[in-house]
Amino acid sequence: MNAPDRAAIRQAVIDAVLTIAPEADFETVVPTKSLREQLDLDSFDYLNVLIALAKRLQVEVPEADYGKVDTLDGLIGYLAERVART
Amino acid sequence: MPSLGADMEAGTFIEWNIAPGQAVKRGDVVCVVETEKGAVDVEIWASGTVARLVAEPGKRIPVGGILALLAAEGEDWQAVAATPAAPAEAPRPSPAPAPAPALVRSSPAARKRAEELGVDVAALAAKKGGAPITLADVEAAAKTAPRASAPAVAGEGAARTGMRQAIAAAMARSKREIPHYYLGCEVDVERAATWLEQFNAGRPIGERVLFAALAFKAIALALRDVPDLNGVFVDGAFRPSAAIHLGVVTSLREGGVINPALHDADKLGVPALMAALRDLLMRVRAGQLRSSDLADATTTVTNLGDLGVETVYGVIYPPQVALIGLGRVVARPIVREQQIVASRMLTVTLSADHRVTDGMTGARFLSKVREHLAQPEAL
Repeated sequence: MNAPDRAAIRQAVIDAVLTIAPEADFETVVPTKSLREQLDLDSFDYLNVLIALAKRLQVEVPEADYGKVDTLDGLIGYLAERVART
Repeated sequence: MPSLGADMEAGTFIEWNIAPGQAVKRGDVVCVVETEKGAVDVEIWASGTVARLVAEPGKRIPVGGILALLAAEGEDWQAVAATPAAPAEAPRPSPAPAPAPALVRSSPAARKRAEELGVDVAALAAKKGGAPITLADVEAAAKTAPRASAPAVAGEGAARTGMRQAIAAAMARSKREIPHYYLGCEVDVERAATWLEQFNAGRPIGERVLFAALAFKAIALALRDVPDLNGVFVDGAFRPSAAIHLGVVTSLREGGVINPALHDADKLGVPALMAALRDLLMRVRAGQLRSSDLADATTTVTNLGDLGVETVYGVIYPPQVALIGLGRVVARPIVREQQIVASRMLTVTLSADHRVTDGMTGARFLSKVREHLAQPEAL
């Protein structure tokens, strides 16, 4: 199986967020600003997003790396790099 | 009709999941009731055999009204079914009839989306024969149907107004009846936060624990140490509760708050408490709360730290007698052993009922929270 590309990862992120914040509008999300703040995701919501992504992409974000996945760009970039390495 | 929170006067019956002659045991989900807080799965509180279903879909039934007749174990259910229902159904006079909520079972997420897309959830529910409406249903309907007429939006508005009114009634009653006193203290949580980082480092993401879970456990243990803050004030007297069920203030994405209970929080280990909390919050988001989630919190905790709030002094949920507030964990310069060091700090607050306790009790409670958080490995 080929590793999912950036577009597929972006879609996985969007799907995971939409299950928790169905009203989220990714057209207006600023990709370089905090995703949690823009979408009002609390720490439980965000953990659930990361758990959903771990199931789908087999990439677990360690707690120490949370700072790198705070923005949409950061999260997609982080996941893309980790997916490529596996 | 069970009371799903002190602010509930009546509920609208939606549907049965059971039929006469069926055996049920305590805890089974037997029906769905619509409240100001959304659709709730009602669990039966006794075991037996269903004799007769009394409540009809669409009927508004006061708390305490009869939903169904149940034959006890060993009793002939058909004989029970033949007995006339007791006249307890007469509705209590309601001071201000709330607008009828939309008689639709749907997740809050689906409702919110339906409102945005102009999808008539009531019509959708009729098409699905009363089955719960999911987000996918709403999205699919929006693709095929033109923008729905105003009534659906009005129905949603009414449901939201209903929740606003329920919150207003509970909070106004609290401020009218409960003489609050407020205490707060900053707790050094550096040790707890470091311990938690190490705990999480070796665990898969699904088993990781958030700091809030640690704080909840510390609060539950402190309530065990200071039981006068855990219970209800009813008929002019405080009734302490042996069980510690923490109400967890949860803001709904479509507005309003709901306070489902984390049962026996003092008895759960930290990983189990985290799992229970995650399950509870997931079910809030999915609109799948059960009656037992809403019935019996003995104290409430509000955690606004995620929103950047450092200090919150909450309003007590009657008939409870205390509310605990958690702020954000922030790194600050503090003095430890005559040295200025950086340390992570958390402001814990207490709003308590002065009819039941005094500041001394509240102070003891906060100091116990501090003690428990200082020994994270023992939580």
